Amino acid sequence: MMKISKLSLILILTFLAFTVAFSISNHAQEAQPSNLPASHEMQAESTSTESTKPAEKLNAGKVIMEHIADSHGWHLWGHTEIPLPVIIYSKERGLVTFMSSEFKHGHMAYEGFKLEEGKVVAVNETAPVPAEETSVNEEITAGMFDISITKNVMSLFISIGLMLLIFTNVAGAYTRKRKGLAPTGLQNAIEPIILFVRDEVIKPGIGEKKFEKYVPYLLTVFFFIWISNLMGLIPVFPGGANLTGNIAVTMTLAIFTFIIVSVSANKGYWLHIFAMPGVPKPILILLTPIEILGVFLRPFVLMIRLFANITAGHIIGLAFFCLIFIFGENGTGIGLAVSPLSLVFTVFMTTLELLVAFLQAYVFTMLSAVYIGAAVEEPHHEKH
Amino acid sequence: MLSTLLLDAATNGANIGIGYGLGAVGAGLAAVGAGLGIGRIGGSALESIARQPEVAGDIRSNMILAAALVEGAAFFAMVIGLLAILTK
Repeated sequence: MMKISKLSLILILTFLAFTVAFSISNHAQEAQPSNLPASHEMQAESTSTESTKPAEKLNAGKVIMEHIADSHGWHLWGHTEIPLPVIIYSKERGLVTFMSSEFKHGHMAYEGFKLEEGKVVAVNETAPVPAEETSVNEEITAGMFDISITKNVMSLFISIGLMLLIFTNVAGAYTRKRKGLAPTGLQNAIEPIILFVRDEVIKPGIGEKKFEKYVPYLLTVFFFIWISNLMGLIPVFPGGANLTGNIAVTMTLAIFTFIIVSVSANKGYWLHIFAMPGVPKPILILLTPIEILGVFLRPFVLMIRLFANITAGHIIGLAFFCLIFIFGENGTGIGLAVSPLSLVFTVFMTTLELLVAFLQAYVFTMLSAVYIGAAVEEPHHEKH
Repeated sequence: MLSTLLLDAATNGANIGIGYGLGAVGAGLAAVGAGLGIGRIGGSALESIARQPEVAGDIRSNMILAAALVEGAAFFAMVIGLLAILTK
C-alpha cells in the first residue's frame, strides 16, 4: 500500500476543494452577477459574463484577448477595477486628464471621450452622456496623443520600482552596509545571478577587453525582462499585466540594443556589412543588400521572439483555464469533470512559463551581447 | 469535387472564411518546423554529451541558444498566422 504523508493528503484535499468550488461557482453565476472567488492556485482570470443578461454565451476568444491586451483600468475581480488615469492630448481640446472610472466600464462618455473596444476614442458630445448615444469624432481621434497610464504602464512602473528596490539594496550591501563582508540575504541571492550573467553571457559574447562598458545595460535588460515576465505570471495585482507581451515594449528594448550596437560599432563592422573583405565583386552585389537587411532584421527578430513567446504562453494558460467554462456551459457535470484536468494542465503550463520567463531573458541578453561583441570586435588579420 | 468544396467555403463561409482556416494551418506548420529543428538540435546535443560528458555545460548552453533562435523563426510564422485570424 502506498503511504501518503499527511502533508500530501492535505495538499490533495485542498486541490480538490478548490476545483469543486470553482466548478460549482461557475454554475451558480448563471443566475447572479459574476463574482468568482479569486483562487490563488489557479489563474483567476474571471470571465466577463454580463450581470444583466442571464448566462450570456462565453466568447472564449474575446475573454483571452481582453486579458492579453492593455486596458485603461486594472481589473481585479468581477466588476471591481482599479481606476487608472486617462491622459489625452489633442490640438483641439488640449490636455485632458481624468480617472478611467468615469467611463463606467465603457457605458458613459466623459469630457468628449469614450471607451471603444478598450481604446479611447474622441466623440462629439462633451457632456457626460451614455456611450451609445455618442458619435465618434474621427478627426480628433486620429490626431490625439493617448499618453494614459494604462495597465501596462502601471506594471512598468511596478517592475521598475521592484528593480530599484532590489538593486539599491544589493548595491548598498557592497558599498555601505556590509563592505568587505561575506554576502547574506538578498545580496547572497542576487550575486550569483549577476556573476552568472556577467561571466557566462556577457564576457564570452563581447570579449575580455571591452565587456565592462556594456555590463550595466545588459544586466538591466536581463533583470527587467525576467522580472516583468514573472510578474505577468502572477494572476493577482500587482502582477498579471502582460508587459513583455506588449510589442511596443519589446520593440523599445530591441531599439535600445540596435542603438547601442550601431553607436559602438567600429569601422571593421561597417566594412563587413557594406563591403565584406575577401569576397569577389559579383557576389558582393548580392551579399551587401542581405547584410544591410540583416542589420535591421536582428533587432526585429529579438522583438518578435520575446513578444511571441510571452504572449503565446499567456494565451495557452488562459485557454486551458477557459476550457472549464466552455465545457461548463454544456453541463455542470462535464464542467466538473474537466476542472481537475484543466487545472493540472494550467499548472503544468505555468511551470513551463517560469522556465520560459528566465530563458527569454537569457536569450535576449545573450544575443544582445553577441551582437555588441560582433560590433566591437577587433579585426583579425586574415590572410587571403 | 474538392475545388467546389473550397469555392463554397471561400464564398459562403462568411464567418469562418478560408482565411481563418489557412491562418491556423500556417501556424500549425510553424509548429512542425520548430519541432523538427529543435528535435535535431536536442538529438545531436544528447549525442555529443554522451561522447564527452565533461563539456555537458558548454553543450547545454549552445543547445539552448540554438533552440531559442529556431523558435524565433517558428514564432514569426505563428505571428503571421495570428494576424491572418485577427485582422478583419
